[in-house]
Amino acid sequence: MILGIASGKGGTGKTTVAVNLARAFGSPVQLLDCDVEEPNDHLFLRGPVREQEIITLPVPQVDASLCDACGECSRFCQYSAIVSLRTTPIVFPELCHGCGGCTLVCPQGAIRETERRIGVVETVESENVTLIQGRLDVGVALAPPLIRAAKSRMRRETPAILDAPPGTSCPVIAALRGTDLVALVTEPTPFGLHDLTLAVDMVRELGIPFGVVVNRVGIGDDRVHGFCAAEKIPVLLEIPDDRRIAEAYSIGSLIVDALPEYRGLFMSLIEKTMTLKCAEIGVSAGGYDENQA
Amino acid sequence: MKIAFTTSGETLDAPMDVRFGRAPKFLVYDTDKNTFEVIDNRQGVQAAQGAGIQAAETVARAGVKSLVTGHCGPKAFRVLAAAGITIYCAGATTVAAALKDFRAGKLAPAESVDDAWQ
Repeated sequence: MILGIASGKGGTGKTTVAVNLARAFGSPVQLLDCDVEEPNDHLFLRGPVREQEIITLPVPQVDASLCDACGECSRFCQYSAIVSLRTTPIVFPELCHGCGGCTLVCPQGAIRETERRIGVVETVESENVTLIQGRLDVGVALAPPLIRAAKSRMRRETPAILDAPPGTSCPVIAALRGTDLVALVTEPTPFGLHDLTLAVDMVRELGIPFGVVVNRVGIGDDRVHGFCAAEKIPVLLEIPDDRRIAEAYSIGSLIVDALPEYRGLFMSLIEKTMTLKCAEIGVSAGGYDENQA
Repeated sequence: MKIAFTTSGETLDAPMDVRFGRAPKFLVYDTDKNTFEVIDNRQGVQAAQGAGIQAAETVARAGVKSLVTGHCGPKAFRVLAAAGITIYCAGATTVAAALKDFRAGKLAPAESVDDAWQ
């Protein structure tokens, strides 16, 4: 079972929900921090780094002695990463998405792949939680390959919670593909609602069952609840606007440790999601398909 | 020889656009024939990445030998240099005025990436 935690608007509480769910789970669980541009789950689930792996992307390298400047590589590339103007090709590795197409279309076999480092995947053990996080190198603009690398380190037999990046862009799609269920975290404000509708469109397009978690109930209005009712989207959890939650977060404490009265809230979310019978929330289940991930 | 000017318009009186990769159009002036053609750069305006690189490919394919613009970035510079196209950074506000400055020898070629990005 893989539960994805996503949002439209950033800063709504994905990490808060993800790390507290993981700790409250009790028995062994995997937590994937897929916000590879700024992983922060480790601030709350501290422990020794058991493993660190360097992740690379294959980029082209042209053998000038074999190249006849035909320009086929340049015509094929969708990313302007290899350019040939009747000259030996110029490569821009930072634009390359690693598709390998140029190496395949070159009639002279003049292009081979060389590895370009993009970041690391680290595994941290913290009590019942195995935290797997991707960390993109500074200056690298391409997140999805690192997200896929982190996800490939998941063991299928252990339940997993996946902390996605905010928004609805390519890194989020790469993170959420293959999850069984998504919880969209929002805040009950006009800004929260606006971005939630975008996230709902995205998750529907991906065909993954989903529900909504409303965080900081009390700060805004009831339009988010109205939207969920009208769209028949289950509200899986409501977290009240409690300053003590923010205080605990700001010093890297877990809510379920600092404010044990909130444990029940997170346990109820676990029951509704990780042990979910999907028919109960009225949508069809998507199973984990490693070909999609 | 052919000179490309970055512009938003279709005629010699059109305003110069300071950008290269994201310029709406290129006015390519043939100084041998005193005629010009306008090439659309919509793909560059809308590109997610590599707009400067694609613009360099576009003007190179049009047989351009000199580029007159406001500035261009390091990736475009690399491709233009490989294609043997000289870059001139002009302050003129219309294509006609930039062409006049070019012909009068008032524009200096950009020798380096920093020269081209002002």
